[in-house]
Amino acid sequence: MKPGTKLKSAVCDTEVMVIRSGNGGIECGGAAMGEAKPDAIGAPDAAFAAGTLMGKRYVDAAGTFELLCVKPGKGSLSVDGVALSIKDAKPLPASD
Amino acid sequence: MNIALFLEMAADTAPDRIGLVCDGQRWSYADLLAGARGAAALIRDSGCAHVALLDESSEAAAMALFGAALAGVPYVPLNYRLADADLGALLERITPALIVGDVDRVRRLCPADSNVVLTRAAFVEAAQARAVDAPSEGEDGEGVAIQLFTSGTTAAPKAAILRHANLVSYILGTVEFAAAPEEDAALVSVPPYHIAGIAALLSSIYAMRRILMLPAFSPEAWLDLAAGEGASNAFVVPTMLSRIIEAMAKGHRPDLSALRAIAYGGGKMPTELIHQALDLFPATGFTNAYGLTETSSTIALLGPDEHRAAHGSDDPTVRARLGSVGRPLPTVEIEIRDEDGAVLPPGEPGEIYVRGEQVSGEYRERSALDADGWFPTRDAGYIDADGYLFLSGRADDVIVRGGENISPGEIEDVVMTHPAVAEAAAVAIPSHEWGEAVGLIVVPRAGHDAPGEEELKQMVRARLRSSRVPERVLFADALPYNEMGKLLRREIKTLFAA
Repeated sequence: MKPGTKLKSAVCDTEVMVIRSGNGGIECGGAAMGEAKPDAIGAPDAAFAAGTLMGKRYVDAAGTFELLCVKPGKGSLSVDGVALSIKDAKPLPASD
Repeated sequence: MNIALFLEMAADTAPDRIGLVCDGQRWSYADLLAGARGAAALIRDSGCAHVALLDESSEAAAMALFGAALAGVPYVPLNYRLADADLGALLERITPALIVGDVDRVRRLCPADSNVVLTRAAFVEAAQARAVDAPSEGEDGEGVAIQLFTSGTTAAPKAAILRHANLVSYILGTVEFAAAPEEDAALVSVPPYHIAGIAALLSSIYAMRRILMLPAFSPEAWLDLAAGEGASNAFVVPTMLSRIIEAMAKGHRPDLSALRAIAYGGGKMPTELIHQALDLFPATGFTNAYGLTETSSTIALLGPDEHRAAHGSDDPTVRARLGSVGRPLPTVEIEIRDEDGAVLPPGEPGEIYVRGEQVSGEYRERSALDADGWFPTRDAGYIDADGYLFLSGRADDVIVRGGENISPGEIEDVVMTHPAVAEAAAVAIPSHEWGEAVGLIVVPRAGHDAPGEEELKQMVRARLRSSRVPERVLFADALPYNEMGKLLRREIKTLFAA
């Protein structure tokens, strides 16, 4: 997946921008995300319904995938069924 | 990737929140995004290859920056302080361009019909009139977000380019989205053609920190705006800080209690000045930021706690850190190398190399990155045992006076036209007020009387600008050269220090 690609959830309002990715299916609310929004919006799987937060970066344990949430929603993000977690970034002082 | 995403996210999150204040006018994030979308439509219609700004900072800078990004066209803020001949040459290089700002000057210097030239007011009005609500996907173009002309030390200025990917990486790596409390405001007083001025727009909008634009810096205007709008953050070049402190010492002291953080960079900070500032602003956190145009702004920083620790320490090593630019960002790598490219151990001075996704190291003409992606900064320095980076000057002899890069060659060229001057060299000399100033050394021509110091200064003032006028002039019988005929500027500097 090309960096900068925007993916939309099939089950909620979530949209992400791909920062980096590898082999694997990117999902939201347990359903595959795509560049187009499907006509009929489903509901998030209860196991992937913790929600996404605007402006947070989501990563897998290996650091292969990194997604920026650009629109929040009710589903939560995963790759091939494994949940992503929020990237823990040490805050830096404003420098410009 | 497209930097316009940052403005879209801010406008999505809080459309009515004020994002920018300039000359008393207030612009919400929704206003700015609408203006940027309208500007993108104007830019697409024009068919121009560049979007240029020849103007002081204003809302037009934000609309042009993000509008150009949405249209997939490079944004080229120009230095309006350049002499006519130099500016004319740059305008030729970016034609056909949509140019915002000084219409008369553009028309006079570059009459090309293919350029679309608008005043600030006309551009902002047209952008607002064209504003559409529909979200527009940013166009990729060739992926170049910004083109900035370097000061051009030996030849024509180089066109440094920053790709969307570089800038997005810089912002995501250094700023947390919407992290600023709603009352926060960042005072931006650096000009729009400086990388720090561009980075300030991007960082502040992504943090959702209200931007307070000061189009023309004076210490009194800076203090009044900071107090009047309750600035919480500010970025200054050392010269501005020196003048602000001077104005405060003269009794201009409005209430700055909201000012939590001052970041500085763009030139060498005199040690006495930063000690003075830390005493004068005891509750303010100071951050020293080191970066270059080619690195999308900051690559190393010395944070507030490190400033206070150094300021209050009796340990000479800790105290010396006030003269350091701090440690590399977690997202970049920095190495010091010798002239053969070998990596040097801590404490050994050499050239600073940097690598990271935010580092472009790219010019229109060529990329300066090596095969492994390292960028040679041409800055000299060393890293101490604890990882603090110290700068020891510019590898290429540029004089950085108050954040302004001055090429010794342009001063030497003027002075050499004097009939009584055989040789001349300009070097950086330390200056309390400016960080660095111009020192000029002259070898009088045999059979002529030495020219007067005032006469030489007057020549430079008349032909260039006041910032180029030498602060000190020395006369010598000969200049020092090495066996290859290369002028030894370092030796000349020691003559001024003597």
